Amino acid sequence: MNSMIMKKTIALLSLTFLVVSAVVLSSAYKVGDTITDFKLKNIDDKLVSLSDYKEAKGYIIVFTCNHCPYAKAYEDRIIDLQNKYGKTYPVIAINPNDAVKYPDDSFENMKKRAKEKKFPFVYLHDESQSVAQLFGATKTPHVYIVQKEGVKNVIKYIGAIDNNYQDAKAATEFYVADAIAALEGGKDISIKETKAIGCSIKWKE
Amino acid sequence: MEYLSPHRLHLIYFSAKFLFEYKQETMKTFICWALLTGLISFQGHVEVIKWPALEEYMNKKDDKIKVINFWATWCKPCMEELPYFEQIHREYKDKNIEVLLVSLDHASMTDKVKASLKKNNITAKVVVLDEVDFNKWINLVDTTWSGSIPATLIISNNNTSKMFYERQFTKQQLEELILPLKP
Repeated sequence: MNSMIMKKTIALLSLTFLVVSAVVLSSAYKVGDTITDFKLKNIDDKLVSLSDYKEAKGYIIVFTCNHCPYAKAYEDRIIDLQNKYGKTYPVIAINPNDAVKYPDDSFENMKKRAKEKKFPFVYLHDESQSVAQLFGATKTPHVYIVQKEGVKNVIKYIGAIDNNYQDAKAATEFYVADAIAALEGGKDISIKETKAIGCSIKWKE
Repeated sequence: MEYLSPHRLHLIYFSAKFLFEYKQETMKTFICWALLTGLISFQGHVEVIKWPALEEYMNKKDDKIKVINFWATWCKPCMEELPYFEQIHREYKDKNIEVLLVSLDHASMTDKVKASLKKNNITAKVVVLDEVDFNKWINLVDTTWSGSIPATLIISNNNTSKMFYERQFTKQQLEELILPLKP
């Protein structure tokens, strides 16, 4: 009898946990939300905030990491984005993964990878995972395009870079490039949100 | 292309040779042999499917509770929970619970998927979903899915209710969700 009650209690507790986590997840940033600035350590050991970019019109914030095959597949395309749009919409790459679970994603390995690939963008370490939590990022790569509107930073697009992770040349939809083009042209972004398979962010226990 | 693998060409060649040399007297032996070979190769078979096939499976109304797990060989938490899905499959396959493991490895990596299944002794049904244009189908699995894996969809018998989870499971957690659905 006691074990029955125990089982029911456990089931109820897990259910509560699932409901609570669903509520927490739904508090994630959505398109149209104003984001809070952050301060994270870059691979050059300097702290970086969005407000440091006085000339920028906005930002391409990418949650990414070293180990994930999808993140790796998009590395060159993220480099291209910075080279193309960096002056007005700089790429802000953020690695939120727990380095205990994934040593590949440690700060030292971030420095190594950035050097190997000659990243032209900042690659920030979200060691406390608070920025990823604030954004409601769930996976890598996970892109947020943000536009400056006066003193506010407003989210304009959330999702993938394009529609073919495996082969950039085979992609037929270029979500991020199209969104930036629309913003630059003062037009409405036609696809504001997309979904893609990615590696789940490894949260600290 | 898969149908013209060296193994199959080999099979066709020897079947033809066999038929030619021994003609109909040995037809019976040949049929037995072909059936056996077919059965053996079927065991390690991983079907590469497109979205409509998965959608059709998801919408099927029958007496089975369907447990559909999205995974990939490179995904560590997926590989950690895979044995629990296998245990569910083994324990409940005769009790109207059907496990389907949907690999999101690229279709060109199907051999890696097969090797990984062999290594982990997976006997549950596995398919590789060959659809890289993710945005076209993720919302059709579940609108709450952000796209990270592991992810699991549990469909009750006769398709009366669906539950979707973007998280990693233990066997006990799976049982707590699945068993109450049993009629």
